Amino acid sequence: MTATTKVLRKPRRTLAEQSYLLEVVKGLGVTLKHFFKGTGQLVSGNKPSPVTDPYADGCATLEYPDEKRPYAQRWRGVHRLTHRDDGSPRCVACLCCSTACPAQCIYIKPAEYPEGDKRRGYERYPEEFVIDELRCIFCGFCVEACPCDAIRMDTGVHMTAFDLRSDFVYDKDQLMSHVGQDGTQKSANTRHEPGDPTHPGITRLHGGH
Amino acid sequence: MFWIQAFVKIALIVGVLVNMAAILLWVERKQSAMMQDRIGPNRAAIEVGGVRIRAAGLVHSIADGIKMIWKEDWEPVGGDRLLYRLAPIIALVPPLCLFAVIPFAPTLHVDHLRDLYDPAWAADPNDHSIPMRITTLDVGLLYIFAVAGAGVIGAALAGWSSNNKFSLLGGLRAASQMVSYEVAMGLSLVGSFMIYQSVQPADMITWQMQHCWGIFVQPLAFVLFATAAIAETKRVPFDVPEGESEVVAGYFTEYAGLKFGMFASGELVEVCTSSALLTVVFLGGWQFPFVQNSGFEFHYLGLDISWHWAHFIVVLVGLLSFVLKVAGLIFLQLQIRWTLPRFRYDQIMMLGWRILLPAALLNVLLTGMGILFYNGLSTTGGGTP
Ligand code: SF4
Ligand code: SF4
Repeated sequence: MTATTKVLRKPRRTLAEQSYLLEVVKGLGVTLKHFFKGTGQLVSGNKPSPVTDPYADGCATLEYPDEKRPYAQRWRGVHRLTHRDDGSPRCVACLCCSTACPAQCIYIKPAEYPEGDKRRGYERYPEEFVIDELRCIFCGFCVEACPCDAIRMDTGVHMTAFDLRSDFVYDKDQLMSHVGQDGTQKSANTRHEPGDPTHPGITRLHGGH
Repeated sequence: MFWIQAFVKIALIVGVLVNMAAILLWVERKQSAMMQDRIGPNRAAIEVGGVRIRAAGLVHSIADGIKMIWKEDWEPVGGDRLLYRLAPIIALVPPLCLFAVIPFAPTLHVDHLRDLYDPAWAADPNDHSIPMRITTLDVGLLYIFAVAGAGVIGAALAGWSSNNKFSLLGGLRAASQMVSYEVAMGLSLVGSFMIYQSVQPADMITWQMQHCWGIFVQPLAFVLFATAAIAETKRVPFDVPEGESEVVAGYFTEYAGLKFGMFASGELVEVCTSSALLTVVFLGGWQFPFVQNSGFEFHYLGLDISWHWAHFIVVLVGLLSFVLKVAGLIFLQLQIRWTLPRFRYDQIMMLGWRILLPAALLNVLLTGMGILFYNGLSTTGGGTP
């Protein structure tokens, strides 16, 4: 193997570059161009929107609380518990989500429907449903795990800052009050209630409770 | 009467200059933001009856002032307490004093506000006139070099009395840099003194009014003096004394609250005064192009326009044109500050001693030759005035 040498020359600088003064003037030209462009945009008020036009020339600042970037539909925000038609939670207290949760921040206290309720024997309901949003890592596993589409993270709201740690612990009422990005508190997926002809468990025997 | 006049003028100028520091803080932030495709500070607001006044970020300067006042006045252990407290004062006062000899408008003859200017007024002993400068000194601009030289003491003392090695390094750098550039700064003006044949700012402006602006006869000196003046302000291309990346904050590392504020505003006041100096020596001071004491006079290109103004209008135009020129130069200085990267320490010394100084000497030589040549021409009657 023969060694090949490549001679790298120092980039030559012309006299004009070395005299520096000319380069200063050039640099000033560049910054002045930006200055006048930016000032013009600010004064006339038509600066390009960093949201819709992120690669435009000129001011690239997003004035955050006033201007917001729209979140993607699949973006994982604060949780919500979806509603059934009658306003009760879709959750059947199967504990899949709290089992899947890597941060172990979901606490569910399941309860049976009372005797005579047509849902009794088919499903339970959460008497308490608590998520500690401060421990949550927003992985979305709970949403993946839920067989009933009862827990979703499509609120489009990111976690706000509170003064007290206890404020970050969302209870059932709080979670049920959240609204999805589509504006509803329901889920687009259909739900078959026990007793409906479409309910798969319609013929199942459920005495003894 | 003289003392009242002087007092009012001093109060006015110091008030304007100190407030200029606050305004320049805003200008600097906004201007740099515009240059860097940002918006700049704009969120601080004063709420008056439910309306939030943001004034395009000007409120930030007020907020800064309030913050500085309320900050803990911390002092380093083991420092020299007297010198430590003296240093910010020495840093702020000289740039304020510099303005004392700078004329910012033509002399106002109070008795003749609405009349056409007459040179005889100045000779009239009963004439009431207000010279638009704080004082006239026999030494003229030399006073400025003396006072500007005092500024270095503030930085050096601050560095030394803080009992901190970074401060000491910063103070040393400041001292060596300012002393080096003062040499070039003084020499670069010698050419102008030779041409104007005076060290009085007023005479300089008169000469420039009769002939042409100093920048056209002394272009090299303008560049040299501007460079040296920027170096004297210790701002960015020449900010090794502060050098965040090397010596924390240089000579004012150990200063907090208003004492730090005095250093910061001292720098900004220096920007103002150096711009004013450049204006007086090279840009004709308060002289607006083609405006003489009698009004607008244009006698070139075959045109012969004379538009006479009342005396107070001429004074007003003079004041405005002075303010405009200073504002333009401040803008230029800030633009340079946000365009150029910082020089290395050795580059600064090299530039000061091996480029600016010889160039200033060369400028003196060329000016002398030019004056001799020009005089020779005019005595033989061959030159055009
Ligand atoms: S997003 Fe992840 S961490 Fe948060 S509650 Fe759901 S499973 Fe737990
Ligand atoms: S939210 Fe879903 S996964 Fe969690 S307990 Fe309720 S039904 Fe089961």
